[in-house]
Amino acid sequence: MTDTRSRARGQAPTPARAGASTPPTARPARTERHHAGAILAGTVLLVAVFVLSLSVGTTALPLSDVLASLLGGSGGPADFVVRELRLPRAVAGICVGAALAVAGALTQTVTRNPLASPDIIGVTSGASLGAVAVIVFGGSAGGASGAVASVGVPAAAMAGGAIASLLVALVARAGERVVLVGVGVTAMCQSAVTWLLVSGDVTDAGRAATWLAGSLSGRVWTDVAPVVVAIVALTPATWLLTRELAVLVLGDDVATGLGANPSRTRWVALGASTVLAGLATAAAGPVAFVGLCAPALAVRIARVERPPLVLSALVGAVLVSGSDLVARNLFGWLGLGPTELPVGIVTGIIGAVYLVVLLHRRAGRST
Amino acid sequence: MQGKPHLTRPLLLGSGLLVLAVLASLAFGAEALSAQQVWHALVAPSGTDADVIVRDLRLPRTELGLLVGASLGVAGALMQTLTRNPLAEPGLFGVSAGAALAVVVGIRLGLAGTVASSVWWALLGAVLATALIFVAASRLGRAGLAPVTLAVLGVAVSAGLAAITSAFVLLDTRTLDGYRFWAVGSLSGRGDGVAGQVLPFLAVGAVLTVLAARDLDHFVLGDDLARGLGVSLTRLRLLGVVAIGVLTAAGVAACGPIAFVGLLTAHAGRVLVGSRHLLLLPLCALLGASALLLADVAGRLVTGNGELQAGVVLGLVGGPLFVALIARRRIAL
Repeated sequence: MTDTRSRARGQAPTPARAGASTPPTARPARTERHHAGAILAGTVLLVAVFVLSLSVGTTALPLSDVLASLLGGSGGPADFVVRELRLPRAVAGICVGAALAVAGALTQTVTRNPLASPDIIGVTSGASLGAVAVIVFGGSAGGASGAVASVGVPAAAMAGGAIASLLVALVARAGERVVLVGVGVTAMCQSAVTWLLVSGDVTDAGRAATWLAGSLSGRVWTDVAPVVVAIVALTPATWLLTRELAVLVLGDDVATGLGANPSRTRWVALGASTVLAGLATAAAGPVAFVGLCAPALAVRIARVERPPLVLSALVGAVLVSGSDLVARNLFGWLGLGPTELPVGIVTGIIGAVYLVVLLHRRAGRST
Repeated sequence: MQGKPHLTRPLLLGSGLLVLAVLASLAFGAEALSAQQVWHALVAPSGTDADVIVRDLRLPRTELGLLVGASLGVAGALMQTLTRNPLAEPGLFGVSAGAALAVVVGIRLGLAGTVASSVWWALLGAVLATALIFVAASRLGRAGLAPVTLAVLGVAVSAGLAAITSAFVLLDTRTLDGYRFWAVGSLSGRGDGVAGQVLPFLAVGAVLTVLAARDLDHFVLGDDLARGLGVSLTRLRLLGVVAIGVLTAAGVAACGPIAFVGLLTAHAGRVLVGSRHLLLLPLCALLGASALLLADVAGRLVTGNGELQAGVVLGLVGGPLFVALIARRRIAL
């Protein structure tokens, strides 16, 4: 034991600061232009995925019909498919992706740890525990419905996420510790969730399991509304934080010297991140890995040191809507019938592969 | 070198704990039995209610807990040594998730209905997942030794495998219903003779572990020293991967993915005997079996009517302990 421990302590201080190891960029102006270009490209890509997800499906609609329905309605059957079925789902995908990505970017900046994200530090699993408890206890065999489902599930998810986040923040204190404490909290919440799944009846368990996989299926406008409101409400707040977060990277002493209040910034950012991740989880279930991957990808694309908030949001939105497009239509494309996969399965697989690649790359650099 | 009595004491302690755990597992439950009743049932059964409860319900469950707990304890200790990572644990590092995925694929293909057939699937999945983690860790070089890197790698592998598993499960309600009861990690309702079916696998795992024990002592000293002392690292790692895979697979196939047994027992074991593997591994077997049995008993006692499964108890107790280990700075990050 002693040998192992001293060995572990003797080595380089964890891969936590990957951001710091990105090569310094040539000239600020060039970086700015590159960043703006990336945002533009991201927006174009997002619009493309958005339109595509409105037109592709079991009934394929030509783009002209989609645009007509969006811009006022042609009165045809396409109107219903586009405006009531596909639009809420597409908007939900964009909002959930953006919210998770911004939440991830905030946590990663605050903890200065590129591995910290809502799903790794336990926020998502806390939210899952809350939501599953409501789904299993709230509804009889038919599953939670009415007020219990539309208010109870999001509220419980929020509460669970907030408690988990607070717990991790209080216990961990330091940035590197957050990940491991989060792993512990996640394990705890997961075993409580499996227990809830067993104690409910199979219909409720099925609903809960679908929810747990992270699905955008059957989302209507009332499901989407809270996330949209949260994003709109919190955007100015995160905007205000940008400057303070930039200073935070320099370390607490320098930040204080520059007139910032690091501990307040940290709590505000963590709070915003928890609200965003909690609401996104409430709307779509724990969509895996978006909070981890999207900011990391944004850092890579923009070649900056700290997750850029806007670009992260765009990457997250493209990731989730694109994954949902694939998840929704994969079986149809393969000719296996109309079965839909939950979006979380696609993002989970993408995320796991990406994380292994990320760790591999970083190891290549450090040795 | 410590004196002999000092070294046997932990083993005696572990055995004592295990005896207590076994007795508790036989005596406590919905119907509390006295020590005499348990003794009567074991030695001279005459068909009383107590005899039936002990022999038909509690004894098979206790046997299963003994075997699975011991194997998970040993697998945890092996994994911690071979990854040189104090957080390594089959349940947290994706080995159980690999076994679970393989079993679900087996169920889906209609080839893994019983425990006997699902063990083979679990074995395949567990060995592949262990190998994946090891390869990734060794490719990562120095960074791969950092507890946090490997822990996140484990989380990533687990989550990726779990995503595929849930794709299989969600497409079929019957698979879901079977899967959720299996996945919760319970010693009860596992059918007749399960303990007998997993026993051969555990025996193989135990033999492999004993073969590796001496080399493991050298391995702890570092790759270069170990090589200098005549240890073939490739052989040892291969042996370790297969042993961890076999031990975890048998446990997972029989009881579902149970986390934290390996982590907790390996830490307790190291506190008691350090890293002498010929002592540590048997001690971990004793402690692992005790931990699982006690968790099972606690689950029976805590809830009045329904039971709290052993896997859930271990998750709820193990999670905070894991967090405490980190918060207490017992683990260098």
